[in-house]
Amino acid sequence: MSIYQKLAMALCLAFAVTGSALADEFTDADIQRWQQQFMSVVAEGRELWTSPKLGTNGVACAQCHPNAANTHPETYPKFQKQLGKVVPVWEMINWCLRNPLEGQPLAADDPKMTALQAYITYERRGVKLDPGKH
Amino acid sequence: MNTINNSRRNFIKTAGTLAIGSTLPISLVELAFAESSQNFTFAYISDSHIQHIKDNRFVRNWDRGLIRAVAETNLLVPKPDFVMFGGDLAQLGSKAELDHGAQILSALHGNVHYVMGEHDYYLDLGEYWEKLFGPQYYSFDHKGVHFVVLNSIKTYDDWTFKRWPTAEQRMLEMAGLDNPNGSPFMVGEEQRSWLKNDLDKVDKDTPVVVFSHSPLQKIYKGWNFWTEDADQVQALLKPFKKVSVIYGHVHQIQYNQIGNISFNSVMATAWPWPYPQSYAQAEQYLPKLTVPMNRADPFFERDATGWQFINIANGNVDLNFTLYNNTSRVVRFNGKQKRPEDVVYQDEKARIVPQTHY
Repeated sequence: MSIYQKLAMALCLAFAVTGSALADEFTDADIQRWQQQFMSVVAEGRELWTSPKLGTNGVACAQCHPNAANTHPETYPKFQKQLGKVVPVWEMINWCLRNPLEGQPLAADDPKMTALQAYITYERRGVKLDPGKH
Repeated sequence: MNTINNSRRNFIKTAGTLAIGSTLPISLVELAFAESSQNFTFAYISDSHIQHIKDNRFVRNWDRGLIRAVAETNLLVPKPDFVMFGGDLAQLGSKAELDHGAQILSALHGNVHYVMGEHDYYLDLGEYWEKLFGPQYYSFDHKGVHFVVLNSIKTYDDWTFKRWPTAEQRMLEMAGLDNPNGSPFMVGEEQRSWLKNDLDKVDKDTPVVVFSHSPLQKIYKGWNFWTEDADQVQALLKPFKKVSVIYGHVHQIQYNQIGNISFNSVMATAWPWPYPQSYAQAEQYLPKLTVPMNRADPFFERDATGWQFINIANGNVDLNFTLYNNTSRVVRFNGKQKRPEDVVYQDEKARIVPQTHY
């Protein structure tokens, strides 16, 4: 054991004794907070989904996909025959942004893209994962 | 009405040819009527959702759907007796949208009758629409059939008159199909009592065809595939031997039979909607009889949109769906089963993979 490893182990033991920062314990309050965080992003996603401002022509995602129906997030990644390759759902969202909405695509890690995916996946909760399905 | 005659069969045969060769220009298809006094056709265009962007710009996609339907309807041979427009001409009920839509529809040859949709109504409660197209509900007779047009997209007075600070907001709230702030559609007491009086004068053997925007049956309340007082309207139609209800709003093929009443939906020219069962979080009551249309391919802008012509034969309606990027479909009244059926896909074994929705 190097001096650093020994030091690290000593630190870990010290934390264990004092009871702070146990890796595998969390409380109801934690779960509530995480759920709130998630639901607030879902709400942002719903806002964007129904917004005429996401694209440039006033068309909103919800116009064709009420309650995000017929988006099938549980089937992605899948072979999107029209794109000729396997894609994650955000690439299909960008296709919609460019075409029916006549807008600009979003980066994969854009918070708006995260919110849109959170919303459509939330509307499909309970449906079993079925990647690749057509 | 007479029993089925040859002209009807010829018509259907030709319509079948049309379905198989859906790329045929319609002008090349000769629809034969040997004796046309009893059987006739009318065309039905619906749900164009003309959407104003700003200045002189409108959403191109929706414009194209309506322009195409108008052009193709004008190619029907022989000419349909009249054309119905099934509502939701506009997206947000503005003068600009209604005017632009009216201009596109003005290219139609022949008589056009109009049905009110919620997207036409909730900005000014139909005031400008009435100036362009006439009364919101009315009836007329044509070749022995009694036609009734209802405004089925009204709702509770509290919602219409007291809930929203501006007319624009009221329109926006009703325009969102899945908006929980919306309100269920209804025909309402005033029209129901008008309908009762109107029907009192009609012989019970006369075929009756009712046009509404929303289904006069209850399918899924969350998206207003629903009319709150549907049961009361159905009760008024019950004494008649042959009744058909034709509705728009749902942007998809639906059909059903409830007692003596046949129900048929018509396609939208703008965009298709998912079947309600594709929304995993809610119960819905899609008629078991309905064979769904194919799942839409979004990469074909006009897929799962279209228009239809309707053959009235022997007092029943046959719907001939003209689908732009897909095989056309025919839903015909089956006299033996006493219900509408798809002429190709009705049998479970005859169905194809893309008709499965999930």
